[in-house]
Amino acid sequence: MTDTATTGAAGATRATAAQAGTAPPLRPQNRQLLILAVLVLLAIPLPLILPPAQGAVAVRILIFLIMAVGWNIMSGFGGLFSFGHAAYFGLGAYTSAYLLVEHGVSPWVGMAAGMAVAAAVAMVIGYFSFRYNLKGAYFALATFAFAEMLRLVTTSTDAVNGAVGYQVPLIQGSSVWQLQFPAGSPAYFWIALVLAGLAVAVSILFRHSHAGRYVVAIRDDELAAASVGAPVMRHKLLTVALSAAITAIAGAFYTQYYLFIDPQLAFGSSVSIEAIVTAVIGGIGTIWGPVVGAVIVGSLSDVTATLLATPPEFLGFLQGRSGLDVILYAVMLILIVRLMPKGIFGTLAGKISERRRR
Amino acid sequence: MSLLELAGVGKQFRGLRALSDVDMSVSEGEIVGVIGPNGAGKTTLFNVICGALKPDSGRVRFAGDDVTGRRPEVLARAGMVRTFQLMRPFASMSVAENVSLAAQHHTRGAARLRGHAMDVVDRVGLAEWAHRPATELPTAGLKRLELARALAAGPRVLLLDEVLAGLLPAEREPVLDLLAELRERDGTTLVFIEHIMAAVMRLSDRVVVLDQGAVLATGTPDEVTADPRVIDAYLGEEPTTHADA
Repeated sequence: MTDTATTGAAGATRATAAQAGTAPPLRPQNRQLLILAVLVLLAIPLPLILPPAQGAVAVRILIFLIMAVGWNIMSGFGGLFSFGHAAYFGLGAYTSAYLLVEHGVSPWVGMAAGMAVAAAVAMVIGYFSFRYNLKGAYFALATFAFAEMLRLVTTSTDAVNGAVGYQVPLIQGSSVWQLQFPAGSPAYFWIALVLAGLAVAVSILFRHSHAGRYVVAIRDDELAAASVGAPVMRHKLLTVALSAAITAIAGAFYTQYYLFIDPQLAFGSSVSIEAIVTAVIGGIGTIWGPVVGAVIVGSLSDVTATLLATPPEFLGFLQGRSGLDVILYAVMLILIVRLMPKGIFGTLAGKISERRRR
Repeated sequence: MSLLELAGVGKQFRGLRALSDVDMSVSEGEIVGVIGPNGAGKTTLFNVICGALKPDSGRVRFAGDDVTGRRPEVLARAGMVRTFQLMRPFASMSVAENVSLAAQHHTRGAARLRGHAMDVVDRVGLAEWAHRPATELPTAGLKRLELARALAAGPRVLLLDEVLAGLLPAEREPVLDLLAELRERDGTTLVFIEHIMAAVMRLSDRVVVLDQGAVLATGTPDEVTADPRVIDAYLGEEPTTHADA
């Protein structure tokens, strides 16, 4: 009697479990896309609410976000640690600026061209790195060296204005096609929001696609992944191309927003560091890590800039100095890596899912 | 006709001759055991067959094609699938995700893929672990995961590298039954490296004995265990201690 009762109960739980298995509430990618849609909708009124100075910070946060999403695809999902994402940011910036200034091409077309150039270059560097099995620190060093090389080449090439860089020609009034609006216009934020939203959406869809799962498997164990049929080289190249293309969007938009680009701003190592720090602080290899990281690092970069420009009395020695942001990034990086190795979002998400399983 | 054929395969690591002039042939539907002392080159042999290592000499033919030096993913997609002696799970994924990844090259559609993966997970007895992180599995579970992932990849020939090692005697039985069933039901060809002689005797149609990188003997389990050279090189040193190692 008791026997049948217990088997009955066990059978019932198994049945509910099976139901839950066949009809889950929402597939993870749909849930994440839904969260993204809500976040984007909530962000729309921000430029109308925030004071103008904060509005500029919000745009900077979105630029950081796009860069970090790009970096995270290659270095988080793919485990291919890049120390040279400035290369792709800069290629996006310079391709669009060059086409606009020299040939009057719309920044949108320039952005698309920049994405293509960055993706192509990333695949070439990637192919040789993977072909000759550069891994870990050596791969990171190669990406760093390549970004530095691009910085030096642009600095010394007159055809792209050398060290002077490009100034975006001003137009009268505003134009979406020319991606230019009066200073402080909310349109900049909205366009950046759409671009950032698209970047995160692509990252969500990619992470859950067949290709994205192969990429993660190859990161976890390359030989094991190959042994169950994962085409290794093709997926590594796909990852670096996608990552570079997204990062190039940030570069092209940056140029339009600040109306100026030079070799240091485009290809300088601080750009690479910003992409890394943002993703690492938020949570490497997670969808939301770059988003969380961008809010923190973007705001911080503004706080440090203000501190340096107009420091309070007891910090008077900071007046007019530079580099405080980089020092802060370094300190934060050390703290995060020491205390929350999976980043802020990664650590919190891990805790929650652990509790749920108990 | 033989499904898998090796002719004169050799492999050197610096000074060490890991494989020398290995000839071997496996027919479709056959179960072949590979035995030999530690360091005999058994795992190297698998690595060469599966494309993880390129042989220095000789040819590997699979299903009539010369596949020498082809990349592992190409061979896996053609149906040559292996497991690893030291388990290599995808650490960031759950058990079910590990298995479904292996099936995604031949199964389209999220629902079908999930169904297929769950069938395989169930078949190796890991259903309760399906949604747990693979890294939480105990050794025996990881061994089963290796097997599940290989099965999900759709093998024509399955190369198993010590799938029984680390399992308790009671845990070995279901695995042995599963392997026998694989041939009966799915017609899968099996090549397996194993130290546990009882399993080799029970499962194999034919046994290949490797010693110092060369084929020492080939034959039915009975022939091989009666061969004085095999007893001298391998079986002489108390196979039971090997079994428990």
